Amino acid sequence: MAEKHVDEISGVETTGHEWDGIRELNNPMPRWWVYTFYATIVWAIGYMVVYPAVPLLTDATKGVFGYSSRAELSVELADAKAAQAGNLEKIAASSLDQIIADPQLHQFAVAAGASAFKVNCAQCHGSGAAGSAGFPNLNDDDWLWGGKPEEIYQTVAHGIRYTGDDDTRVSEMPSFTEILKPEEIKQTAAYVVSLTGTPSDAAMVEPGKALFEANCASCHGADAKGNREFGAPDLADALWLNGSSEQAIIAQMKAPKHGVMPAWLPRLGDTTVKQLAVFVHSLGGGE
Amino acid sequence: MKYTFETILLGVGAFLALLGAGFAQDRQFEAHMWVLFFVLLGGTIVMLRRLDFSPASAGKAAAPLSEYSDDVVKYGVIATVFWGVVGFLVGVVVALQLAFPDLNIEPWFNFGRMRPLHTSAVIFAFGGNALIATSFYIVQRTSRARLFGGNLAWFVFWGYQLFIVMAATGYLLGITQSKEYAEPEWYVDLWLTIVWVAYLAVFLGTLLVRKEPHIYVANWFYLAFIVTIAMLHIVNNLAVPVSFLGSKSYSAFAGVQDALTQWWYGHNAVGFFLTAGFLGMMYYFIPKQANRPVYSYRLSIIHFWSLIFMYIWAGPHHLHYTALPDWAQTLGMVFSIMLWMPSWGGMINGLMTLSGAWDKIRTDPIIRMMVMAVAFYGMATFEGPMMSIKTVNSLSHYTDWTIGHVHSGALGWNGLITFGAIYYLTPKLWNRERLYSVRMVNWHFWLATLGIVVYAAVMWVAGIQQGLMWREYDDQGFLVYSFAESVAAMLPYYVLRALGGALFLAGALLMAFNVTMTILGRVRDEAPIFGATPALKPAE
Repeated sequence: MAEKHVDEISGVETTGHEWDGIRELNNPMPRWWVYTFYATIVWAIGYMVVYPAVPLLTDATKGVFGYSSRAELSVELADAKAAQAGNLEKIAASSLDQIIADPQLHQFAVAAGASAFKVNCAQCHGSGAAGSAGFPNLNDDDWLWGGKPEEIYQTVAHGIRYTGDDDTRVSEMPSFTEILKPEEIKQTAAYVVSLTGTPSDAAMVEPGKALFEANCASCHGADAKGNREFGAPDLADALWLNGSSEQAIIAQMKAPKHGVMPAWLPRLGDTTVKQLAVFVHSLGGGE
Repeated sequence: MKYTFETILLGVGAFLALLGAGFAQDRQFEAHMWVLFFVLLGGTIVMLRRLDFSPASAGKAAAPLSEYSDDVVKYGVIATVFWGVVGFLVGVVVALQLAFPDLNIEPWFNFGRMRPLHTSAVIFAFGGNALIATSFYIVQRTSRARLFGGNLAWFVFWGYQLFIVMAATGYLLGITQSKEYAEPEWYVDLWLTIVWVAYLAVFLGTLLVRKEPHIYVANWFYLAFIVTIAMLHIVNNLAVPVSFLGSKSYSAFAGVQDALTQWWYGHNAVGFFLTAGFLGMMYYFIPKQANRPVYSYRLSIIHFWSLIFMYIWAGPHHLHYTALPDWAQTLGMVFSIMLWMPSWGGMINGLMTLSGAWDKIRTDPIIRMMVMAVAFYGMATFEGPMMSIKTVNSLSHYTDWTIGHVHSGALGWNGLITFGAIYYLTPKLWNRERLYSVRMVNWHFWLATLGIVVYAAVMWVAGIQQGLMWREYDDQGFLVYSFAESVAAMLPYYVLRALGGALFLAGALLMAFNVTMTILGRVRDEAPIFGATPALKPAE
């Protein structure tokens, strides 16, 4: 046994050992510490009785109330479904026009569509559905493939240029690099710009118009107002998907961008796609 | 001849790395082997220049074996300061990357590669070097024995630095096994295993040849840390390499077993690396700096064994509400709750050791740093069990609250206790009268404390707001916020968090300067803190 030693300042006996000048007092453990420790152990045992806790050979103890997190989740989901009872079934059974005609159902479908939009669509079209370069703004009335409820439904359900869906909307603007001379591409672009703005060289507009009628009008129309059958954009308005500058238009003619949107019907199901169509239709540009 | 064996070994290693680069199965492995080759080649050249061809019998450098081997501790202190500054700097960078995504520079410096660089730099490079250096210092003095194994301690030091360099360069090259805090691939893991076994041999060997009858409490904690980390590291990293000349491997575990093994590892990396190891540090430096006996021997025994026993079971609380069976979630939670008091035992012993010397908190900034470290330890070890409660966890999990919790522990507890230890060690190791500047320690204390408080408070608010936004439903049962909206809402918090981190980094830079000047033997001409109490003036 080590020799007896008392710390002068606290008057407490030490254990008698010393390491590099460090001694240890022989204080008892604080009572509150010990009792709190006991309390947590008692609580732990109680909790283990109430909840699933002890692993057995093929299963585990179930706890006195038979709690399971999966059961808890199914109850929560069932409650959420019950709270929306009737509405989902009604939407499933109704046509888009019927949904829009029923104020109560329309209000519900718009709220549901907005919620689904935040999770699935906001990544490309933005939280406010305002889009960005290459991703259409859904708040305006400038539609590539149509703004009627059924047309929006078709686009959401089957996507655009989506390889996994036979009913997807398809069209491809060709590259004009091989078809037109560089100078001709510039002239055509100047004409397109002149429809809504000021081209860099007014002298190019006249030959550009002739080139447009020969090469572009078949899809974009003689009046350049576009054609929804091909998803050909209206070039006579001031709304642009890939930029309004002459450079942007030249780039689009040389190496056209072909935006892709997935088909959502297989992932979200008919009811949710209906809700999304009604929501997008309600944003302001719906026809 | 001295160093012959070591030099040959390094040269052979460099040659093998060259072969590895030549026959590599994938680009990353090839690049990584080039890194290894140049590091080992540099080492070989340095060793060649130090080769001593005088006959061994001449033995002019026969070190006095009665002395403690402190050179390796000196290197450890320098490495700790260096890696600390690097780790904190990368931390500030990744914090800014989260606030301003344009700072992600593809491919080497994007967040996905920089984040493990930050965590490994602070935990393993800064924390690991601090633990190795202080354990070598403490075990010698509390055992009254020189480090066991001669140059083995140098192997541990340099081997560990090589592990850090290989891990860090691997992350930037895109080499990862995607296990949090265990990202290095199989060959780096194998190397660390060798180094760690050598570390265990040095530490345990020194304990076995000790001249003290009993093993001091700090050494219990260090030994628990070394042994448990070896076990965790080996089990969690069990994997089959695709090729012995390739950087990819597949874990021995799959699915939820893999997740549970990972969090058994991850949680106990916190428990044994960042808690037990640093408690060892606390149990030596606080009594030494305060010049007071440890408060309670009995408490140290009980809280040591209860901590060691409880911690290892608490990992499943990282997997609440996942595919992990409910019973395992329950056990993870109740063991975390029971862990509260065993953790606080260390806090009580640390704080109460100051009884009879409380005035030193006012007069000694190093003691103040250590006390603040223990205070943050107490806060973090209360917050941890609280966050393990399933209802709390359902709000806090996956949010920045977790990040705030980790940093109040890591910056507050691990950072400050290490800074205190470095300030204690530097003048002792280099035989200086005092630090270059004690006032700078005071500045460091306030910069670090302010930084941590800003960081933790901001992350609490951010995390709780995130959790509430994610679970917000309207009266029709629809989600109110998109995930992107919750990300956008974080911007002000992320900017403030970077500011908190920058304050902490500024303090560390001050420490690096202070330590450098102390090593160079400079002493700043300054008035002692609270030393000269102004004489009372008579009322006029």
